[in-house]
Amino acid sequence: MLANLGYFALVIALAAAVYAAVMAGLAADRHKPAWLASARHAALLTWPLTTLACLALIALLLTDQYQLEYVHSVTSRAMPLYLKVTALWGGQAGSLLFWSWLMSTFTGAALLRKWDRDRAFMPFVIVVMMITLGFFIGLVVFFENPFVRLWQVANGEVVGSMLAPAGGLALLPADGRGLNPLLRHPGMIVHPPMLYIGFVSFVVPYAFAMAALITRRADDEWIRTTRRWTLVGWLFLSLGLIMGGRWAYDVLGWGGYWGWDPVENAAFLPWLTATAFLHSVMIQEKRGMLKKWNMVLIILTYALVIFGTFLTRSGVLSSVHAFAQSAIGPSFFAFIALTFVASMYLLFREWDHLRGERQLDSLLSRETAFLLNNLLFLGIAAVVFWGTVFPMISELATGQTITVGPPFYNQATGPLFAALVFLMGVAPLVAWRQASARQLGRLLRVPFVGALLVVAGLMLAGIRNWGALLGFGISAFVALTTLFEFWRGTRARMRATGEKPLAAFVTLIGRNRRRYGGYTIHLAVVIMTIGIVGSNFFQIETQGQLKPGEQLTLGRYVVTFDGLDEFFTEDGRQVARATVSVYRDGRFISQLHPRRDFYVDSGQPMTIPGVRSTIEDDVYVLLVTWEPLAANGATFKIYVNPLVNWVWAGGGVFILGTLVAAWPDAAEARRRLAAAVAAAPARL
Amino acid sequence: MAETTVGSQAFAPRSGGRAKFLVGGLLIIAAIVYLVVTSLSSTAQYFYTVDEIQAKGASLVGKNLRASGAVLGDTITYDAKTLTITFDVVHVSNDAADVEAAGGLAAALHNAASDPNATRMTVVYVGPKPDLLQNEAQAIVTGKLGEDGVFYADELLLKCPTRYEEAVPAQAEG
Repeated sequence: MLANLGYFALVIALAAAVYAAVMAGLAADRHKPAWLASARHAALLTWPLTTLACLALIALLLTDQYQLEYVHSVTSRAMPLYLKVTALWGGQAGSLLFWSWLMSTFTGAALLRKWDRDRAFMPFVIVVMMITLGFFIGLVVFFENPFVRLWQVANGEVVGSMLAPAGGLALLPADGRGLNPLLRHPGMIVHPPMLYIGFVSFVVPYAFAMAALITRRADDEWIRTTRRWTLVGWLFLSLGLIMGGRWAYDVLGWGGYWGWDPVENAAFLPWLTATAFLHSVMIQEKRGMLKKWNMVLIILTYALVIFGTFLTRSGVLSSVHAFAQSAIGPSFFAFIALTFVASMYLLFREWDHLRGERQLDSLLSRETAFLLNNLLFLGIAAVVFWGTVFPMISELATGQTITVGPPFYNQATGPLFAALVFLMGVAPLVAWRQASARQLGRLLRVPFVGALLVVAGLMLAGIRNWGALLGFGISAFVALTTLFEFWRGTRARMRATGEKPLAAFVTLIGRNRRRYGGYTIHLAVVIMTIGIVGSNFFQIETQGQLKPGEQLTLGRYVVTFDGLDEFFTEDGRQVARATVSVYRDGRFISQLHPRRDFYVDSGQPMTIPGVRSTIEDDVYVLLVTWEPLAANGATFKIYVNPLVNWVWAGGGVFILGTLVAAWPDAAEARRRLAAAVAAAPARL
Repeated sequence: MAETTVGSQAFAPRSGGRAKFLVGGLLIIAAIVYLVVTSLSSTAQYFYTVDEIQAKGASLVGKNLRASGAVLGDTITYDAKTLTITFDVVHVSNDAADVEAAGGLAAALHNAASDPNATRMTVVYVGPKPDLLQNEAQAIVTGKLGEDGVFYADELLLKCPTRYEEAVPAQAEG
């Protein structure tokens, strides 16, 4: 009953989306405001409908309706309540439904908030967003329906279908298969939604960009209108990536947080182009340049958002052949190709109108620095893209699958990242239009000497790895130049207004949120770089089989095996929990409990590390195997991950910086609204 | 990398200065291409089946290889002192259509492991014994082929055909 209701709501939502897209296009073409109002209502209507579908599915998940294929495949009776809710995005069909719901939510927000301000764009914003939404709802309705029931047909096979197949008997399994144990983690509550919110929010700036192209408005109104969407989307995508890393570190038990897995790359690719976009729109707003370039970047970001969903959802990763067999793979492929070609066509149609208002003056200028930043981000994106699709391309072209792993990515993107971080330190000090090398040299002298001192200090401390020295040196340099910028601004303000240092600092940031929010994000990147360099270059590990009382030594740490408990839990796990003591330089510092959870019904084990975490390093102990105590004892794998906490700490600063940059500026909003209202009667 | 070429036309500096920017942009693109090509040639792993490895034999010695096969349970030996694991894998097709025709991965692995004529390869790996290492599991090994025809693995991933629909990140296993 509820399943039929949910499915029915989706079918209507699909019809509404298609209707809204068609009507909005016609309304703009024939200048019929009433048609446009109707299109808008239909677009808004998709929200309650997709909400209803999501609520129906959640209710089905919560009430153990295992006669539904989806419920059966992602939940079981033993699962706690919160995991049953999160199972909404725990499988293919549900996650596509969830994607659609977010898309519909964002459409509603954009249409309600911006309706009066950006009248001219609205018809085409509706068209673009409804086409995207229609595509995703279409996938759910036609290919990946979470509401289908399980039936046993005459030849004994079990099939999923909405209606009873000929001679089919309804199946009513007593329990479900349960969510994959790797996904049974509190991280499941926040990580996937954050990534999806990040993905979906980039549809908004893309829709406005396309509307600007279609309505032939070459100014940067679309960028100003969507600036906050872009920032918020970017924040969520960044958070999703960082939290995904944290989840991997806590659950996957391999001692690291980023493995260049295709699924990770799928989310990282749009982040890279979006970051390039965030930077280069500043050039368009300030100098009226790079208009075509910004269009290219937002089109690429949109394509990569869909591509990311495609990569993780189409089965193309396991094999090109699996892709061809999956129902939704080819649809995705066609959708990406069509939207990309259509966007590019619109862009080339407007090519001449998007000419920059100014031209680049000098190789040494802020504009050039931004350009270089863009090239580096796109370069990294190209490398990651190539590495991700290379196995498929080689399989298609030669029949021989050639895969690349983390060494490829580290080797190929490492120098590009280093250059990018270095540029991050220099660029804010380079003057607009034309900078003087001498003046720049004077500004950079102190940070440069400071960085050299840090490198010398590290060498004295015995560090000889040149890659790490370079990484730390650049980090120190950028931290100093960025802090110097804060100080320079504060000092100028103190001189001009006579304010006290703290007051001057606070008003400085309050008056230039975008700029100092950006610099705060730069500092966050430096903190994360320190963590990444430390944990990449100086991770050490050891492993061994211990009887109770025996110990392993790793660096300054000694880990002794004290004992092992085994017990069953209510949710069907057989747990082996070791107790180990960690000593540092001979002094006891902590007791850890690395665990091995064996999910009995699924036969899948999970290794949960015992971690002692400090700002200096993490001691990360894994219980790899265990045998009955009388026999050989247990095998442990131990990592020491230096500075890894800096990665997470940097994540915190990152959020802070983005919030500062995105915080609404009341004065600016009033100004723009007044301008829009004044101009409104002239349009449409 | 089409995006970078589109980009270099997108900015229009003063005609006299344009060459400088083009040259600079091209240099950066060349550097990126160079990085990709060198990294690829030194780190690419060639995916082969056990059949292919046995057929090509010596020509593969020293290359970065990746191979997959079905584990034979009774060949597994484990030296707990040196943490050395030795086991045999037998050929399994890596063509999804063949696997599908056999009735899924579990059936394909089972057929392979029970076929006395299937090609075999011995694998040596140093590390703790993963408990997914069991009869008829799919082992995906990364490493090099020794002159003795033994596969020395640096990395051992194991897949037991599970009942979950989700593809999990590869590093999760093994």
